[in-house]
Amino acid sequence: MPWRARGRRVAEATPNTADNSVLLEGLVKRFGKFTAVDGISLTVRRGEVFGFLGPNGAGKSTTIRMLCGLLRPTAGRAVVAGYDVARDPEAVRQHIGYMSQRFSLYNDLKVMENLRLFAGLYSVPQRVLRERMDWALAMANLEGKEDLITGTLPGGWKQRLALGCAVLHKPPILFLDEPTSGVDPIARRQFWDLIHAMAAEGVTVFVTTHYMEEAEYCNRLSLIYRGRMVALGTPSELKRDGMHGELLLVDCTPLGPALELLQSAPAVLDAAIFGSALHLVVEDAASAIPLLKQYLAANNVDVQRMERIHPTLEDVFVSLTTGHGAAEEHKA
Amino acid sequence: MQDAAIAVNGLTKRFPGVSAVDGLSFAVRAGEIFGLVGPDGAGKTTTLRILAGILAPDAGTANIAGTDVIRLPERAKHALSYMPQRFGLYEDLTVEENIRFYSDLFGVKRAEREARGTELLRAAGMLEFRKRLAANLSGGMKQKLGLVCALIHRPKVILLDEPTTGVDPVSRRDFWRILYELLAEGVAILTSTAYLDEAERCHRVALLHQGRMLFCDTPANLKTRMRKNVVSVASTNPRLIRMHLERAQGISSLVMSGDGVHIVVDDAATRIPQFTAQLTAEGVAFESIVQVPPTIEDLFVDAVESKGAARG
Repeated sequence: MPWRARGRRVAEATPNTADNSVLLEGLVKRFGKFTAVDGISLTVRRGEVFGFLGPNGAGKSTTIRMLCGLLRPTAGRAVVAGYDVARDPEAVRQHIGYMSQRFSLYNDLKVMENLRLFAGLYSVPQRVLRERMDWALAMANLEGKEDLITGTLPGGWKQRLALGCAVLHKPPILFLDEPTSGVDPIARRQFWDLIHAMAAEGVTVFVTTHYMEEAEYCNRLSLIYRGRMVALGTPSELKRDGMHGELLLVDCTPLGPALELLQSAPAVLDAAIFGSALHLVVEDAASAIPLLKQYLAANNVDVQRMERIHPTLEDVFVSLTTGHGAAEEHKA
Repeated sequence: MQDAAIAVNGLTKRFPGVSAVDGLSFAVRAGEIFGLVGPDGAGKTTTLRILAGILAPDAGTANIAGTDVIRLPERAKHALSYMPQRFGLYEDLTVEENIRFYSDLFGVKRAEREARGTELLRAAGMLEFRKRLAANLSGGMKQKLGLVCALIHRPKVILLDEPTTGVDPVSRRDFWRILYELLAEGVAILTSTAYLDEAERCHRVALLHQGRMLFCDTPANLKTRMRKNVVSVASTNPRLIRMHLERAQGISSLVMSGDGVHIVVDDAATRIPQFTAQLTAEGVAFESIVQVPPTIEDLFVDAVESKGAARG
């Protein structure tokens, strides 16, 4: 164990804990009459890159704040790195790293000065300070850049420096909040390669994001809506099974009248413009396609293309948090 | 271009040490939504600020609804609405009061304000929040209120700077629905985004990198410009797949996702059987290996990397 444990470990409480670095059991948080988090149960394995998705106000941030030991649960429990968040919030905070898209680097300090500052904040012991800072620099691929002013670095470099700062104390669990928002795709790919390399060494990575481009980099995803978990699975599983109904792409003219016709067509669960085409959600694509083609033709709409397409994670997300999918989940 | 609602020609803006915008030209028609797509630092905000008449370019011309923005910025401002990344909402005013404030600013009459405000709030799904303080709205709602305020005077041209940053997918969808409704009224929309998947929602996009245009086309045509093929390998252990395929022939890039590997190759028809044989021979399990259509991100990365290679 490279980390010194200061709090009381609760490992013995559950079997398998060696492999489970985050454990939520019926976690609840109420603010007065409002239930922000309504009984979430979840296990995240050691070395897993886990994505936590949900619309604004779904209970995502409240959950993260509980997991970081910043907010006490109303009921249920959460164990992070072996420490109970309600009993040992201090120990939890010492064993996690946190990096936000709006990371708090000091732009007018040099790269090295930012590292030294964060090492101080995380109480990295003096005798390993040099070694840790060198390690973080190498990891972030910023060797030779020690004396550059942080504010002048390109976005992707800053992101990697922020990550370096967040892991100086070698936390077993890393929380990332929209870590790669706005950086170019090449820098983003490099960043996620780094994250996957850390995960391979056993660091558990907990990612919150609104961006499906980031969600795709996670091994598993959970979708939170109105305080509850409405979906859990790998990105492929969610794309395959998560959506209520099937998705159609329709190229037709004129677009506006076609949209109005389709919005009230019986087989159509949802219709929306997408670029210069329409996206429809139907119960069953095979039976809906001939019916809808006929219906549009009868109403003087010229259909150039109508075919089933694979939903994106965003389609699944929207389907589960609005309309039919969401209503269904709420009954359950 | 006579009927262009927005026309930009040879636009250039240098800041000390960098060319923020470097010879940019494009035109946007009435009823069209055009996307400026690229990472931070690509020149999106600078372009929008020049078009909004708040920043003077070093060279080039910019016209909005037939008016030269650089020479007559005040006149151009009547026809346009600009929504910067941080739109100036008054947090201590209610939703309704913010709308009234912007109506007064743009000289919108009371009857018109009522009708237009109600219509826009309904489209935004915010009718029941009229009396709420702006400070108490979620991020997505604030962005939608910003849009409502920016549209209250029925501008002909709308300039949006990363309007959906920080907005969840559900609010983002409402946001796009409002934009599409405006197109039907003949409005021209220029929007920027750092998210390449959002490009798919525009009629045409300009892919920008370091102030220059890499490509300008419809999303569908953009994808046909990618000469290389993309192969997707699904696996619960993407790292293992990468380790085994990294040095295989014909690969120009290999990216791990959460549950697979995304590989850009010269020719999928040759490489799929080759990779399958190699993985099988080396005893590496995988769920599937298929060719998938390239994304706009694939095109972007390929263009930037081959340029880098050409220079280096």
